[in-house]
Amino acid sequence: MERTIYREIKATRPVWGMAVMLGAFIAAALGSFFYVEHYGHIVTGMNNQVVWGLPHVFAIFLIVAASGALNVASIVSVFDRTDYKPLARLSALLAMALLVGGLAVLVLDLGRPDRIIVAMTTYNFKSIFAWNIFLYTGFLGVVALYLFAQMTVGIPYSRVRKAGTLAFVWRLALTTGTGSIFGWLVARPGYDAAIMAPMFIAMSFSFGLAMFILVVTTLCRLSHRPFGDLLMLRLGRLLAIFVAAVLYFTAVRHLTNLYATEHRAFEIFTLTAGGSITTLFWLGQVFIGGLAPLMVLFHPSFGKSPKAPVVASVLVVMGAFAQLYVIVIGGQAFPMPVFPGYEVSSNFFDGAVASYSPRWPELLLGLGGLAIALFVTGLGVKILRILPTNLSDANVGLNR
Amino acid sequence: MTDVNPDNSQKGADISRRDFLRSGAAVATATLAPGVTLIAFGGSPAEAKADAGKRWGLLIDANKCASDCSACVSACSTENGWKGNGNAETDVQWIRKITLNNTETGREVTMPMMCQHCEEPPCVDVCPTGASFKREDGIVLVDKHTCIGCRYCMMACPFKARSFVHEPVNNQKSHAPRGQGTVESCTLCVHRVDKGGVPACVEACEATGHGAIIFGDLKDPQSDIAKRLAEYQSVALRPDLDLNPGVRYSGL
Repeated sequence: MERTIYREIKATRPVWGMAVMLGAFIAAALGSFFYVEHYGHIVTGMNNQVVWGLPHVFAIFLIVAASGALNVASIVSVFDRTDYKPLARLSALLAMALLVGGLAVLVLDLGRPDRIIVAMTTYNFKSIFAWNIFLYTGFLGVVALYLFAQMTVGIPYSRVRKAGTLAFVWRLALTTGTGSIFGWLVARPGYDAAIMAPMFIAMSFSFGLAMFILVVTTLCRLSHRPFGDLLMLRLGRLLAIFVAAVLYFTAVRHLTNLYATEHRAFEIFTLTAGGSITTLFWLGQVFIGGLAPLMVLFHPSFGKSPKAPVVASVLVVMGAFAQLYVIVIGGQAFPMPVFPGYEVSSNFFDGAVASYSPRWPELLLGLGGLAIALFVTGLGVKILRILPTNLSDANVGLNR
Repeated sequence: MTDVNPDNSQKGADISRRDFLRSGAAVATATLAPGVTLIAFGGSPAEAKADAGKRWGLLIDANKCASDCSACVSACSTENGWKGNGNAETDVQWIRKITLNNTETGREVTMPMMCQHCEEPPCVDVCPTGASFKREDGIVLVDKHTCIGCRYCMMACPFKARSFVHEPVNNQKSHAPRGQGTVESCTLCVHRVDKGGVPACVEACEATGHGAIIFGDLKDPQSDIAKRLAEYQSVALRPDLDLNPGVRYSGL
């Protein structure tokens, strides 16, 4: 077994091609931002009923996946599983990059993005949103410190471990904060649930690991570096546990709602009568994002192939977008129960299910956030010694 | 470009929205309470002083509200300079008429709905910058200079009382500054209240002869509104949330 050697990736033609493609998406997102900034949010599909739309789906996906992407490093530093150790640097880098991408989308979608300095200097500490500003910026700092500790030659391992433990605790707080953005909204029947926080943590484990698997696979292919089959299958098994955890929390959340009569109308909307929301829930979230990845990972023959975790990861990411769309849009589209026992109507859509059709500026902004995350990751592995030259099973200490 | 109300600008000069808001920040900011800053909705800082001894509120009698009347909505729109652009989904709405049909009895009533000026406003709790705030006298407002347009307050408001400005605005009133990309809602006509007046919706409803909306100080036992609340049954919307709104309804 040779020592793990971390090396920058070379700027080959495919690497440049990837950079140019991501750059194009980032440029398109900036164009979309200026377009919306000039004409107002009227050019998006968002309205006074559905005030958070597709940009928020992308942003929350990226932020949730960010904390989950750190898991691989946490498993090494906090839980002493050394076989993942060569992946720990990339895990930390990807976590930061995903968060930067998510925050970029959130900030660029603000009604007054020019006032970002106000958001950074004026706080209402009763707002979970304000807490999150500290949790997000703090996460970047803590994980940067953790990555620095990992990359410093001769540093005692106990210090790396301490930094890793701090980052792990911080990422749990961060995802709790993200889930609580919805969980603490008492007014809406689709939110107002403490289970949102642990459910978002489970989602982060799943989405983050799926993104990690896809990114590390792409980077190893681009740089022609081997990645062990057993290592990949091990990541796949971990992903299966996380996918099952998300399904579990989803089931508990909806069963709890069904039990309470006051929430039944919202459940009927989500589970049977919500049109595209219902389709996205069952087909997107439950099947594509939950059952299908499990079937792939536990398939008697294909499940043993190192391709299985990659296919499962693609399905998990697709399901993640469906799940977040159902949570973010579905929760707003369902009318608030201001007048129980009455049929309500007005010219402001009181009592009616709100409609929302995303438009291209929103999609471009969201995709731009994803592109920023991937570009930052690519830039990181290009200029820093993040990615090991050899991730074969023999080299990471796994034996068939 | 923005027309400034000639009453407050002798030259009636056109200035940009941003300049307008900037100048507003510089000259029209009045500190109302420790840690709370309010753009003065016109008038001097003295006039904009909120009195902690008062709690302004409305009592709306749904029995007196005529289904074919929307004088309160029109008056609010004229007074505060907001109007629709023909797109109901994105148009702002500071006050709206709601029709309620009792599913058990079939009884139908209409009534206006606006910011409920809660004692414990969820919009204020969630606002990351503190742009959503409550005055000492209970009026809930948005500071247009610190609102970043995140819309979290709209997610949190149980009454759908807030609107996001989706399009450029023009013909603003100097006492009710507005801005694209920020959130706004009923101000209880704070600029009138601070001068001893009543909100435009109340005045308009009175003028139609319906008299369905009463405005007054909930803390003053001698006020008309306090006496009526003491005498007749009324409800707060979403009582389960325990927000103690300043707007009460009777005749539901």
